[in-house]
Amino acid sequence: MNAAHMSAQTLTQLSYLVAAGLFIVGLKRMSSPLTAVSGVHWAGAGMLLATIVTLAFMGASQLNLLLVLAAMLVGGGLAWISGKRVAMTDMPQMIALYNGMGGGAAAAIAAVELYRGSAHSTTHLAIALIGGFIGSVSFSGSLIAFGKLQGLITKAIRFRGQKLVNLAFLVATVAAGAAIVAGMQSGAPVVSAFFLLALALGIAMTLPIGGADMPVVISLYNALTGLAVAFEGFVLDNAAMIIAGTVVGAAGTLLTQLMAKAMNRSLGNVLFSNFGESGAASGAVTGTQKAIEAQDAGVMLAFSQKVIVVPGYGMAVAQAQHKVWELCQLLIEHGVTVRFAIHPVAGRMPGHMNVLLAEAGVPYDLISDLDEINAEFDTADVALIIGANDVVNPDARTNKQSPIYGMPILSADKAKNVIVIKRGQGQGFSGIDNALFVLDQTRMLYGDAQSAAGQLIQAVKAAG
Amino acid sequence: MIDGVIALYIFMLAAFTGYEVISRVPVILHTPLMSGSNFVHGIVLVGAMVALATADSTLARVIGVTGVFLAAGNAVGGYVVTERMLKMFVSAGKKRGQSR
Repeated sequence: MNAAHMSAQTLTQLSYLVAAGLFIVGLKRMSSPLTAVSGVHWAGAGMLLATIVTLAFMGASQLNLLLVLAAMLVGGGLAWISGKRVAMTDMPQMIALYNGMGGGAAAAIAAVELYRGSAHSTTHLAIALIGGFIGSVSFSGSLIAFGKLQGLITKAIRFRGQKLVNLAFLVATVAAGAAIVAGMQSGAPVVSAFFLLALALGIAMTLPIGGADMPVVISLYNALTGLAVAFEGFVLDNAAMIIAGTVVGAAGTLLTQLMAKAMNRSLGNVLFSNFGESGAASGAVTGTQKAIEAQDAGVMLAFSQKVIVVPGYGMAVAQAQHKVWELCQLLIEHGVTVRFAIHPVAGRMPGHMNVLLAEAGVPYDLISDLDEINAEFDTADVALIIGANDVVNPDARTNKQSPIYGMPILSADKAKNVIVIKRGQGQGFSGIDNALFVLDQTRMLYGDAQSAAGQLIQAVKAAG
Repeated sequence: MIDGVIALYIFMLAAFTGYEVISRVPVILHTPLMSGSNFVHGIVLVGAMVALATADSTLARVIGVTGVFLAAGNAVGGYVVTERMLKMFVSAGKKRGQSR
């Protein structure tokens, strides 16, 4: 090893150290609203530094260098375009997609090492395998999650004995991995079988999970990709990958737990029990929904003292956040006190609704979370539910038979009047009836959130 | 280089760091932060680059190219969507400042 080589390697390692530091500072800054944007810039600088230094000193042949540049350009270019174009409402599935790509990359690194059969020790080999396994599961699982949220896969696919099939995949993958470690050889067919089984496991695990649980699953796969990256970092002696991967693994695990807690579901519950399996029938609600016209609803809103808006996924899909804010500004001009109540899992991810309201320009101080706002519903004249369903279902508080029993909900049923903007008489994402919709003080305004908000704006203007 | 117990130390300290960084985050930043951490594990790109740079067979090159392609997508896509989301928080804050 000559001096020039040494210094190139030292320089690379130092740049990784700096990058790892920048990632941590970046994440720290991202965790406060005031410094959040600078956070992603800090982390981005770290990424750029590590990439450029790696490119300069990795010592590739001309062909390999060309391949690296081409793959970076195509992958990065496509992601750039898709990332710039995607609508804010579709953010969750894009995160799933990009996350899956990271998991796939970690698995690819493992595959290169394993097919080459160049591992120095059993430990080395085992770590490469574990990282490859986790990365593969995260890759195929995230793609399924993307497909579900994007509407490409519309049903949760379930069948009898599914858990046994998943278990069989898991056992087979582990067995293939163990065979590779025990054999201490490349054994291309075994390696291929190992990766195919791991990919199949990711698909089989994710297919039965319902859409409502997807955010938790995406967050889990995000943490898993982090871990896979850390493991491959050990294999490649790459400190930046170890540190960044582990930080994300730990942070992602915590985030996953926070989300699961907000939905009153344990992680095991999300992964291994099929939502709604037991209580689909017992969640039935008796009573009829009472419709209201936009004019009447507009008058009711215009002459209220206090209105609490509860936005949900229906508002997000209809891209109605701008119209809703326009309506609220109009009400504020009328002297109505307007507040937004955000359930922790409103939309498809914690904080997703806040992102959308921020996009529309709603000030933070009008937005309250569950704990802050729940006591205030008593004093509200109108709770305006826009495309939210399960998060305002009082059955979660009272009906032990309901599949969502125990989930913390917004107490919209305590308001004097409730107006629900909803596309039709159907059920929520969890597929259960909503007791709120048949209460005496509840009126249904049928229609898509965008046009309903437009009609309400006209009605409020007409009212005065 | 990095081996044995030292590696475990790095792992442990990094895990605590990740936990600490996230533990006091307001709910409104959960989605952007998940996206941000998604970007950070895009560092897998440098590993994929090294794996492809040292590839010596067609199979290794095919897998390597796939790896670099996917990793670049993770890094660039993660950055773009995170920045877009976080910028909205800034503009919302500014608008509020102006209206007062």
